[in-house]
Amino acid sequence: MRRLRPITLTIAALGGQGGGVVTDWLVMTARRAGYFVQATSVPGVAQRTGATIYYLEFFARGDAPAGREPVMALMPNPGDVDIVVASEWMEAGRAINRGLVTKDRTTLVASTHRDYTISEKMALGEGRASSRELFEIASATAAKLVGFDMLKTAEAADGRISAVILGGIAGAGVLPFGIEDYHHAIKESGVGVEASLRAFEAGRLAAAAAALTPLTAAAWPDNRGAIDASDYTLAALSAPLRARITGGFPVQLHELLGMAAARLSDYQDATYAGVFLDRMERIHRIDGAKPGDFALSAAAARALGLWMSFEDVMRVAQLKTRRGRLMRIRREVRAQPGDLVQIREFVKPRVEEICGTLPAGLGRRLLASARAHRALARLTAGRRISTSTISGFAMLRTLAALRRFRRGSLRFRIENQRIEAWLGQIAEVAPDDYGLAVELAECQTLVKGYGDTHERGWSSFSQISALAPALLGHPDSAALLRTLREAALADDGGVQLERAISALRSRAPAAA
Amino acid sequence: MAERSFAKEVQSLRLNAGAEFEGEGILAVTKALLQSGVGYVGGYQGAPISHLMDVLADASVILGELGVRFESSASEATAAAMLAASVNYPIRGAVTWKSTVGTNVASDALSNLASAGVLGGALIVLGEDYGEGASIMQERTHAFAMKSQMWLLDPRPNLPAIVQAVEQGFELSEASNTPVMLMLRIRACHVVGQFRAKDNRRPPFTLQQAMNNPSRSFERIILPPSTYAQERAKIEQRWPAAVRFIKERKLNEFLGANDGCDVGIVLQGGLYNTVLRALERLGLADVFGESKIPLYVLNVTYPLVPDEFTGFAQGKKAILIIEEGQPEFIEQAASLFLRQADIQTRIVGKGPLPMAGEYTGAVMLAGLRKFLAEFGRLPAAEVPLLPAAMLARNVPMRPSGLCTGCPERPLFASMKLLAREMGPMQVSADIGCHSFSTLPPFDLAGTIMGYGLGAAAGASFNVPNPRRALSMMGDGGFWHNGLTSGIGNAVFNRHDGVTIIVDNGYSAATGGQYIPSSSAEIKGRRARNRIETAVRGVGVEWVRTVRTYDMKQTMGVLREALLTKFTGPKIVIAEGECQLNRQRRVAPAIKKLIGDGERVVRERFGIDSEVCTGDHSCIRLSGCPSLTVKTNPDPLRRDPVAYVDNSCVGCGVCGEVAHAAVLCPSFYRADVIVNPTAWDRIKARLRAAVISLLA
Repeated sequence: MRRLRPITLTIAALGGQGGGVVTDWLVMTARRAGYFVQATSVPGVAQRTGATIYYLEFFARGDAPAGREPVMALMPNPGDVDIVVASEWMEAGRAINRGLVTKDRTTLVASTHRDYTISEKMALGEGRASSRELFEIASATAAKLVGFDMLKTAEAADGRISAVILGGIAGAGVLPFGIEDYHHAIKESGVGVEASLRAFEAGRLAAAAAALTPLTAAAWPDNRGAIDASDYTLAALSAPLRARITGGFPVQLHELLGMAAARLSDYQDATYAGVFLDRMERIHRIDGAKPGDFALSAAAARALGLWMSFEDVMRVAQLKTRRGRLMRIRREVRAQPGDLVQIREFVKPRVEEICGTLPAGLGRRLLASARAHRALARLTAGRRISTSTISGFAMLRTLAALRRFRRGSLRFRIENQRIEAWLGQIAEVAPDDYGLAVELAECQTLVKGYGDTHERGWSSFSQISALAPALLGHPDSAALLRTLREAALADDGGVQLERAISALRSRAPAAA
Repeated sequence: MAERSFAKEVQSLRLNAGAEFEGEGILAVTKALLQSGVGYVGGYQGAPISHLMDVLADASVILGELGVRFESSASEATAAAMLAASVNYPIRGAVTWKSTVGTNVASDALSNLASAGVLGGALIVLGEDYGEGASIMQERTHAFAMKSQMWLLDPRPNLPAIVQAVEQGFELSEASNTPVMLMLRIRACHVVGQFRAKDNRRPPFTLQQAMNNPSRSFERIILPPSTYAQERAKIEQRWPAAVRFIKERKLNEFLGANDGCDVGIVLQGGLYNTVLRALERLGLADVFGESKIPLYVLNVTYPLVPDEFTGFAQGKKAILIIEEGQPEFIEQAASLFLRQADIQTRIVGKGPLPMAGEYTGAVMLAGLRKFLAEFGRLPAAEVPLLPAAMLARNVPMRPSGLCTGCPERPLFASMKLLAREMGPMQVSADIGCHSFSTLPPFDLAGTIMGYGLGAAAGASFNVPNPRRALSMMGDGGFWHNGLTSGIGNAVFNRHDGVTIIVDNGYSAATGGQYIPSSSAEIKGRRARNRIETAVRGVGVEWVRTVRTYDMKQTMGVLREALLTKFTGPKIVIAEGECQLNRQRRVAPAIKKLIGDGERVVRERFGIDSEVCTGDHSCIRLSGCPSLTVKTNPDPLRRDPVAYVDNSCVGCGVCGEVAHAAVLCPSFYRADVIVNPTAWDRIKARLRAAVISLLA
């Protein structure tokens, strides 16, 4: 005789996604289909935006002797869950970690989209967990994995994710309920029925398709997500510059050099891009002396391209007055065809930024004068410039046009000196310690942002590059430098970096 | 306006005898109260019984029709004291709150109520927030029952059992003149199921009758010498009466095989389903609850019935006591019962089962397997029930946080910026949404001492010092007790610190219930009582009110409060309506305006990804769910860029933070004009023409 057991289902959702609504729909669906149903939750009342769990059990009325009812569990039991529904990709991971997904019985219906957690978002650089790694674990752990992007499906159907989740459950084909039972439940609930039915169908079809064509790791090409196509390409570059690259550098570097040079042509002019290539030739000459894959050139090209296009007032003005920006923003804010969109920019240059834009001599004098500093400080109140008005746009456009005088500006002088010093250090270190030179090149990533952020980054960079000479020749020099760089990105108070530096001093006294 | 409306569901409270009731546990409790002829109901919200308060509020018409008085109490102490109506009158009363926190607050009144004893049935419905997902410290209500001699029901977690426990709870209370607590674990409150309804009953004795025929009895006053007599009555009359009632009415159940099995299981009723599922998985029960192991189900966990225990243990090698939480009160009592009766049955409990933590399915399964293997009911070999789980490494934690557009976010961002400017601050936090100020990305305060106790928790920090201490309190906690325990105390003791009262207009953390300072017109209640008036009323002289979304103003006022020469309490009322509630109110109205063709401006924030360099300072100052990250579109850059997703409600904090923190110029605000006027369109066309010439 068949052992009678309930069908068990867990929904792992985020507060605000409507997990409770899905649960209500499932209860109504099951009742209509002739099932006993029990549903429980640890509700999100005090659990805003946190992870929440819903749990349901179903048992066919026909399987129960007259007057008997099944005793149903109030929470999911590891090893005893038939269907786990995760409305977000990392929540699938959490369900796996709780032991709810098991190879013998569990169908995992999961949305592949990410809703990043605060710890992932807060990181000073890349802090996101690996979606691809989770995919590999999920496909190895679940009896069957039905994965699709529930958020995108909901947006395309102009409905809510809750209805797509329900559709996903129906489409996965594990529950013994008819489509009309689900439809009936949605209609019964009475709110936004049209949109919910639409989103339910979209979810159902997406899940059915996903059940037929399983996900592959290819969905996460770089382990994280696809990047958009860029305007800065080798092909977009002027012919002479392109010729310099293709003629003077190994083929592995062409794309990268092209991207950086195109960026700098746009940032300043072709001559400036030429300076970039001059500098890269210098690096490549040392790199060429070493066998291998030109790791140093690649790292330096990327870093130098970014550093040479440092973000000053002119650059920001240039980017904010780009053609096509309005269209992109309209798409981003979901403006409908008849809607008008007005844009306001939030800019707040500090005295340092204003002086940085001025000719070097003047800028330096003003920065040094307390009176001038006070006078300029009055200009630094937070500004909201509307780039949708003629005056606002004209102002930013004028600032952008000032970039033809950039080479004379104080900021340019400062950055140029820093770049030269950094390249000099790389060139000096590379012949003796190639790995350390690559790591030094990578350190550019610390110098980014605006205002205080930029200063903090520069301070970390300076501390680390000052330690580099002492590491030279140390067997782990590259790894040690990388540790420092990672420490600098661990918090924005410099605590971890300080700790890492003193740890290094005790390990490698030469660094003291 | 509460987060969840039960307007539709409460109609099922009208069901008559024989009809099948379908719904959630809390709704079933309400129906059971009406079936029991309850005369008055009160309570204070808090998960997992917030929704019970919402159900009662939404059912006020039905309650009114039956002549039942309902009020949303100012605190659990208020609710408990309300039960005084059952001391001298044969009126049934019920109150509800979250336990153990609410029981702590209510303890003064409960002790006095338990000592005086009751004439009418007094039932306290407790949402026991214990275990996985609990939002409070892990303690047991059981201890309160023991210290005050109140009875504690812990029924099996299905609707018929819960409904029956409500009805029997009143009877037990009346039979033993003792208030009765009915505890419902978090999942039981929200379990969805069905039961056969009975007719509602009007209270047989009304509050009006009581007011018109006042009655009193000196024996019920808690003053000596009555208190001495009351203690004796507890022991000599009420307790034995309760035990008698429990036995005679068979409140506890003996289930499962009765075939001379030499082991047995004693369990709290609330754990029944978890135990049965574990037995079923071990092959010792079927899905309908037919167990091969004898079960003694304690639907009443206090008082215990000694001869039921000895009878059950008689002739068995061992009994397992399944008792969630610590200390192991039931196990200790059972040991005493058996020892005194000289019964040698082994008592096993904490050991196979852990002392601390929730008895989840996995814990129960492991504990039962261990016990049953030890006493020969299962093969001793460790057969792994679970396939070895493969763990996903690095699944990041997802703590609760403030909602999109929350008005508290700019307040905490202001405090964080101020700490950068003035150095780290001593901050005492409180209970409410603002508790999240203690979590990333804010990491502000160091303690949470209890609801409304934020200012009180800062009371010690009142010594001459150039740097002042800060404390926080929500409007909910303020009205609950903070006005006296915190503000009044600070005035009286000349506290020189700064207290921020977060005024979002609702008891937001518990689901958006109204409080005395809510700005809405509420039928049958008087809201719109201003916090500032109350604060000045208890003698505060330095009060400032800020709009949290205006960070410049907020930082300015906080700076002033921290630096002013004024000595004495400084109160900053930080205003900003709870965005969840606001959206619930505003969103449908806007949708309607748009539908009617009216001009509507929708504000949204965005980030230029080319300008963003991927440092995420903005996120570390805000933590808004809609402010997230995406892969950097720039192939030279690796760090993800910040990005505002479509859940943005345009609260403006991004811009404020960018300005106040001198962050970065990548933020923009887009004003989307829906249904623009002709003038809007002409202006836009003109501007676009000129701008395209300039570009």
